[in-house]
Amino acid sequence: MVKQDSKSLMIQASGLTHYYGPYAAIEDVNFGVERGEVLGFLGPNGAGKTTTMRILTGYMPPTRGKVTLDGFDIVEQSLEVRRRVGYLPETVPLYTDMPVNSYLKYMGTLRQMPPKAIKRRISEVIDVCRLGDYRSTLIGKLSKGFRQRVGIAQAILHEPEVLVLDEPTIGIDPIQVVETRRLIQELGREQTVVLSTHILPEVSMICDRVLIISEGKIVAEDTPENLAERLKGSEQMEVEIGGPVSQVLPALRALKGVASASHQSSHGKEIYTIQANEGQDLRDEISRTVIGAGWSLLSMQTMGMSLEEIFLKLTTHEEL
Amino acid sequence: MRTVQAVAWKEIQIYFSSPTAYIVAMIFLALASFFFVRDLSNPFPQASMSSFFQGATIILILLAPTLTMRLLAEEQKLGTIELLLTSPVRDWEVILGKYIASLVFLLGTIVLTLYFVLLLVIFADPDPGPIWSGYLGLILYGAAALSVGLLTSTLTSNQIVAAVVAMGILLVLYFTDFAAGTLTGLPATIVNEIGLKSHFDDFERGVIDTKHIAYYLLLTSFFVFLSIRALESRRWR
Ligand SMILES: Nc1ncnc2c1ncn2[C@@H]1O[C@H](COP(=O)(O)OP(=O)(O)OP(=O)(O)O)[C@@H](O)[C@H]1O
Ligand SMILES: [Mg+2]
Repeated sequence: MVKQDSKSLMIQASGLTHYYGPYAAIEDVNFGVERGEVLGFLGPNGAGKTTTMRILTGYMPPTRGKVTLDGFDIVEQSLEVRRRVGYLPETVPLYTDMPVNSYLKYMGTLRQMPPKAIKRRISEVIDVCRLGDYRSTLIGKLSKGFRQRVGIAQAILHEPEVLVLDEPTIGIDPIQVVETRRLIQELGREQTVVLSTHILPEVSMICDRVLIISEGKIVAEDTPENLAERLKGSEQMEVEIGGPVSQVLPALRALKGVASASHQSSHGKEIYTIQANEGQDLRDEISRTVIGAGWSLLSMQTMGMSLEEIFLKLTTHEEL
Repeated sequence: MRTVQAVAWKEIQIYFSSPTAYIVAMIFLALASFFFVRDLSNPFPQASMSSFFQGATIILILLAPTLTMRLLAEEQKLGTIELLLTSPVRDWEVILGKYIASLVFLLGTIVLTLYFVLLLVIFADPDPGPIWSGYLGLILYGAAALSVGLLTSTLTSNQIVAAVVAMGILLVLYFTDFAAGTLTGLPATIVNEIGLKSHFDDFERGVIDTKHIAYYLLLTSFFVFLSIRALESRRWR
């Protein structure tokens, strides 16, 4: 088994393209994942997240492109790759007619773990995933949240170097969502984790780096903080001013650093939406202008761009 | 090999805990005893299993696909195939494990019919030769029938489709000697040689011919091989 040049990256994907029939689900996707990194794939439905994960885990080969995992080629050395990966598919497919511990034992054997290790690890993952009371329950009788835990348990059972989790917190209650995120963070300290989600706060909570994917292409790649920082430049404010609209609006527009300003009245309030230029803080200037003209400044609110908006902006190509 | 064993063992456990498999086994035994008793109740009863073997070959066309239909179709339906194929398991290990499980269950069912042999031995004086060769033939025939069912189960996620298509293939293979009757010369020989049934008759008469053994083994390997290829090709779809 010859290792190929890995450049110390755990996963390296280049030119990844996958067609379903004539339709390209992902096209020319490039990314790298460092050892011990938690990478989040963020994208709307149908963006190609699951497709990418299925390729990473060796479930299906890409139509074009190359991926290495720990230096092993995902197609040529698929078995080596699969040995190193733990996978939680989006639908959490489990054998409903097996009890939890037999299922885990079966998965352990498929992963070629020695019988002793299987025994030890089963009790460990049952603890970690809090499945203690359900050891011998048929999986078919478990609720969605508990099945999710079984899914995670089997993914981490063989202590894989890479964990691939496709929407790990979908369809479970808020308390378990928090627990699951904590668990992923913990796992992320020692293992390389690739996860997908369309929940933004999740990404800023648990990921070291985010790839935003839309219509099969990567549209942005950065740390969650940097992404927010990068787009903070165009800052938006909402200001309520008491004064004649016909005078206030031109005055605001005339201010240096204002990119655009618009007005709307709601419930008798005169609300102005102001778009600032790159990195400008206009609060001081606006308040001075308003007071100086003898109008009243009733409220002022900056609308820093949330990841939500960044996401929308990047994925819907809309100009802000 | 440990993975083959693990896959087989899991499937065997499911057979023994599922009503479907028991129902299949019961039907097999009930029909088999019907053929057996029919033979004994005619005016000049023969102490032989011949009628049982003839009946069993027909019953197996219906029952073997019912045993195999679940094997891979269900994995595809439930999506569990995604975890199976992303485990470090080779495709042939999956197919072989599943096939062995179905074979074990069928052998178990066939072993139960030795009860009829016991009855014959106690109450009559049968010729043991045709009985043992008949059983050998039946096992080989059953193994081939299961391999056809295995292939169709690999090709679809719908268990009913898997079973019906397998029954269709088996029926065609069974009745080729009719087709052979309408042909002459070489085509007739070929069609006749392909047939499932023409190779069985010698066993039932007490003749063990390596040609027939080779036929069933070849047919079985062919369908098991196709199943492996079909599973591999799933990855490329
Ligand atoms: N088996 C398939 N056959 C045909 N098209 C498919 C198949 N699987 C996915 N697609 C298509 O490929 C595109 C990408 O799908 P994918 O499942 O990767 O998206 P996703 O980002 O995981 O979306 P979601 O958030 O809904 O899970 C979609 O347009 C989808 O319709
Ligand atoms: Mg998906």
